[in-house]
Amino acid sequence: MRLAARHVRLIAALLLAIGLAACSSSSNNNTANKNSAAPAGASARAPVATAGARASAAASPAAATATRPATPVGAASSTSSAASPAAAAGRPKNPTLLLSTTTSTQDSGLLDVLIPLFEKQTGYQVKTSAVGSGEALKRGELGEADVLLVHSPAAELDFMSRNQGINRRLVMHNDFIIVGPASDPAHIKGMTRAVDALKAIVAAKATFISRGDNSGTNALELQLWKQAGIDPKGQSWYLESGQGMGATLTITAEKEAYTISDRATYLATKAQTQLAILVEKDGALLNIYHVIQVNPANHSGLNVEGAQAFSDFMVAPETQKLIGAFGVDKYGQQLFVPDAGKTEQQVQQGG
Amino acid sequence: MQFVWDGFVEALRRLLAGDAETYRITWLSLQVSGIATLISLAIGAPLGLLLALARFRGRRLAIALVNTGMGFPPVVVGTFVSLLLFRHGPLGFLHMFLTVRGMVMAQTIIATPLVCGFTLAAIGGLDSSIMLQIRALGASRWQSALLLVREARLGMLAAVMAGFGAVISEVGATIAVGGNIKDQTRTLTGAIVLENGRGEFDQAIALSIILMTLIFAVNLVLTFAQQQRRA
Repeated sequence: MRLAARHVRLIAALLLAIGLAACSSSSNNNTANKNSAAPAGASARAPVATAGARASAAASPAAATATRPATPVGAASSTSSAASPAAAAGRPKNPTLLLSTTTSTQDSGLLDVLIPLFEKQTGYQVKTSAVGSGEALKRGELGEADVLLVHSPAAELDFMSRNQGINRRLVMHNDFIIVGPASDPAHIKGMTRAVDALKAIVAAKATFISRGDNSGTNALELQLWKQAGIDPKGQSWYLESGQGMGATLTITAEKEAYTISDRATYLATKAQTQLAILVEKDGALLNIYHVIQVNPANHSGLNVEGAQAFSDFMVAPETQKLIGAFGVDKYGQQLFVPDAGKTEQQVQQGG
Repeated sequence: MQFVWDGFVEALRRLLAGDAETYRITWLSLQVSGIATLISLAIGAPLGLLLALARFRGRRLAIALVNTGMGFPPVVVGTFVSLLLFRHGPLGFLHMFLTVRGMVMAQTIIATPLVCGFTLAAIGGLDSSIMLQIRALGASRWQSALLLVREARLGMLAAVMAGFGAVISEVGATIAVGGNIKDQTRTLTGAIVLENGRGEFDQAIALSIILMTLIFAVNLVLTFAQQQRRA
């Protein structure tokens, strides 16, 4: 190998370049972290400055038009003043918090309101992975998340029974609806039982779009099929999108098909999809969200304090008020019903 | 097609109104892909040069591997890098999962074989008499390598453009490793996926137009550099 000397020089040059590049990128990253963890009010802090502007959008109409009007907040003005003193309380030791949650909380825009507020109040920097409830729980099980916000009760109970989580708390609910084209070829409009509607869709050989992604919505849908005594897998009228709720609604509209959606995502995308609500308000269609802390006994390196703080934040009265007000000014109706402190039974009974 | 027009208007509005979020994600895209391209240039160009010039056993296999790497599916790269960087994964101690650095790493893995392959083709495509001339003039190996790179600069810049073009327009690996987190790891492509999912097509189009303008601008600069030096 006579080329050895040249190789050494090439490799040395190469390593130097990598080193330089890595340094520059890591310093960027560190600044970003520092910025986000800094106390609120530091105006140099771009990310949260915007978020703050959003949260206070309700207070100043001018700001609301300047930012993208995706996340109007009703009660923000009352809580943001209460939040500021808490922000000065200092930054947590381990500021990075991994939250695994569902696409519905992101696609509806709720997280865009709650997360910046939580970060501002506590100094944590939340890294949100918006995935299906199935993957969210899986990440919890692997210790790749600190705290979960999910809506897949059966899977959650299984998760809890295997000691994977602690402190499962009811946060809020909304409901699922069966949506489809306004022409409603299967004539399900006005049916009171979701199971009957599914049977009618099958009888009419209409297309049904499933999320097919182990999400909470998917889990509920599959349970309804089971109750209807129908195995939809592999049927020609049954398509699995494998995508989040928003994308699935778009596909449903394009295919003039039926699907089951959470109300929040439906309302957020209704203007584009033109889909109609056909079946609603069946007790079987309730969509209940819990916050679960990943069991720190199973994994090292979890952000236990952060998870606790997030869980407390989600059930705190001010946050609950914010959840209840979310979406009212944009959609003219409440998207999520705050339920902290209630039992699942009370929610089921409409309490 | 109303969306396209609405998107165009929205893109202009965002840019002219100085929408902070738009500028932030555009800057992040440019930064991540730019750094990844530079690192992949530092790794891929010497490697391509070596493969083009050195003769050793296994060279053809190495070239075949590089050529395969040029077609690495980004989503596969993203999946593997995520598993490596998971908190309890083999590289978890680096704390790079869901960070900008992790995204740079994934994009570097995608761009390096491209830069390497293009370098290999550029050097390999040079007239063989050039090598003879350089040797005849008594250049050292280090000098002749530099001279060859200068000779092949058209192809080398094409390597940079190919690498950059691949990673700035890539979404699978970036989302898998970065998580598409608002204000932290959301790039232009990630934001487009999100707006698509939300059914906000005019927003998606607006961001697409910004992304394509960005790619065009970068390539314009590189092309000018390429053609100017040639003249």
